[in-house]
Amino acid sequence: MKKTSNLPERLMRMLFTVCGILAVIFVVLITGFLVASGIPAIKEIGAGEFLLGRTWASTAAEPSYGILPFILTSVYGTFGAVLIGVPIGILCSIFIAKMAPKRLAATVRSAVDLLSGIPSVVFGLAGMILIVPAVRETFNLPDGANLLSAIIVLAVMILPSVISVSETAIRAVPKEYEEASLALGATKTETVFKVTVPAAKSGITASVVLGIGRSVGEAMAVMMVSGNVANMPGIFKSVRFLTTAVASEMSYSSGLQREALFSIALVLFVFIMLINLCLNLVKKERK
Amino acid sequence: MKKTISLLTAAVLLSGALAGCGGTEKVSGTVTTDGSTSMEKVIGYLSESYMEENPNVKVTYNPTGSGSGIQAVSEGRCDIGLSSRNLKDEEKASGLEQTVIAIDGIAIIVNPENTVEDLTVEQIGKLYTGEITNWKDIGGTDAPIVLIGREAASGTRDGFESITGTKDKCQYAQELTSTGDVIQTVASNPNAIGYASLAAVKDTVKALSVEGVQPTEETIQDGTYKIQRNFVFVTKKGEELKEPAKSFFDYAVSGNADDLIVKAGAVPTVK
Repeated sequence: MKKTSNLPERLMRMLFTVCGILAVIFVVLITGFLVASGIPAIKEIGAGEFLLGRTWASTAAEPSYGILPFILTSVYGTFGAVLIGVPIGILCSIFIAKMAPKRLAATVRSAVDLLSGIPSVVFGLAGMILIVPAVRETFNLPDGANLLSAIIVLAVMILPSVISVSETAIRAVPKEYEEASLALGATKTETVFKVTVPAAKSGITASVVLGIGRSVGEAMAVMMVSGNVANMPGIFKSVRFLTTAVASEMSYSSGLQREALFSIALVLFVFIMLINLCLNLVKKERK
Repeated sequence: MKKTISLLTAAVLLSGALAGCGGTEKVSGTVTTDGSTSMEKVIGYLSESYMEENPNVKVTYNPTGSGSGIQAVSEGRCDIGLSSRNLKDEEKASGLEQTVIAIDGIAIIVNPENTVEDLTVEQIGKLYTGEITNWKDIGGTDAPIVLIGREAASGTRDGFESITGTKDKCQYAQELTSTGDVIQTVASNPNAIGYASLAAVKDTVKALSVEGVQPTEETIQDGTYKIQRNFVFVTKKGEELKEPAKSFFDYAVSGNADDLIVKAGAVPTVK
């Protein structure tokens, strides 16, 4: 390739480089900031006490900073959301990619795209007005704002990422595989579950990991439906997630309480990093 | 032609400048306030509109809590201390005085379907600490009581818990992060009870009377409604405030600020 030496070309190249580096700088800055502001409180409280303590009472006369309830709630909530959302998502993506007539598939797909564009506060609002009372009445509880409501809202919220990534993976399966299976006398359903889905396995796994990431990081919607009390999690108990623990107290916090909130953010950050690491491993395996 | 334009421009500029300094006499400088986190909204509204009228003055607010604010003013670290409780006798004895600028009335709200109309402060305390758990024990239907509250750092929660004596002992079913959420939740759950600043309460929920007194602006002002507390400015006794702190103080206690206090969710004092 010939080396270009005119000025605009060089300037543009510099601009591209700067923008490219900018993204890296942001990641490094945020990581550095979180580590620097999250470590002091963990040191002061004690890592064991902080991560495994069962009581969070940050404004009490004798404050206690245990975030095990938040960690477990985030884990259970995400697990529940995946349990409900992933099967629905995968079946829906099979429907769009393989079963539905073209026009219906296009409609469903645009509905899914629309779903992914809905702001999380709207999910929260809908959950608060529809799901919370419905959960209360269905299970005959005094109050419907609990882990189950949060799981339902999260399950709906992870649907778009699960559907669109799995659909792409399923579409990428070579037609010959399916034709071979059909030619051997397998029905369409058998072909989908025994040939197409296994062939698209790694893409579907990636979609699940993406869904987990979304669900762990969601704050606004779950804050509005989960009740927000720092209980140890139970399906019908009012619970607080890692994200909402930070969001609900940050605006007024001070001193060690504020530092502890940064530490919670750090824990959350580590979770998200681990999930991203998994995603990268899955992607590598695919190649 | 050119001359007319420049003359016109000069006239416009001049009139603008004159309008800027018209009205009250010019004060400039900084007013420092320090104290109660519950008073954030009231101080926010007051200082914002005061600074609009007096652009050369900056009003700062340091949300440290009532105790720290009182401490700060007694040590001369701020001009005006903010406290969401009355001064204790020993604080008064140490040379401080208080001026009530607004009253925080907290309404106890239930779902409109609820048949309970009245509670005592003691009953409310027992409800929130989990001693009473069923509406039938206090004259309602046989249904569990769902306690709705605010997040730990909320000023309304602080006020409610300190008045009912339930500090750090409440067995909440939900801790919500805004008054609107509390009202919405109580409106949609027939067994719920919650608390909110009186100014925010709407028709979707029912405000209970406490010991026979309905919460209204009047009953809060005359002190018959129990669940209320004063928002006070704390200053040093016998020591005239310097400008511009004095001007801000006078502005806050003048009747002109009443609308702002109502907007901030509190009840103005009787002038």
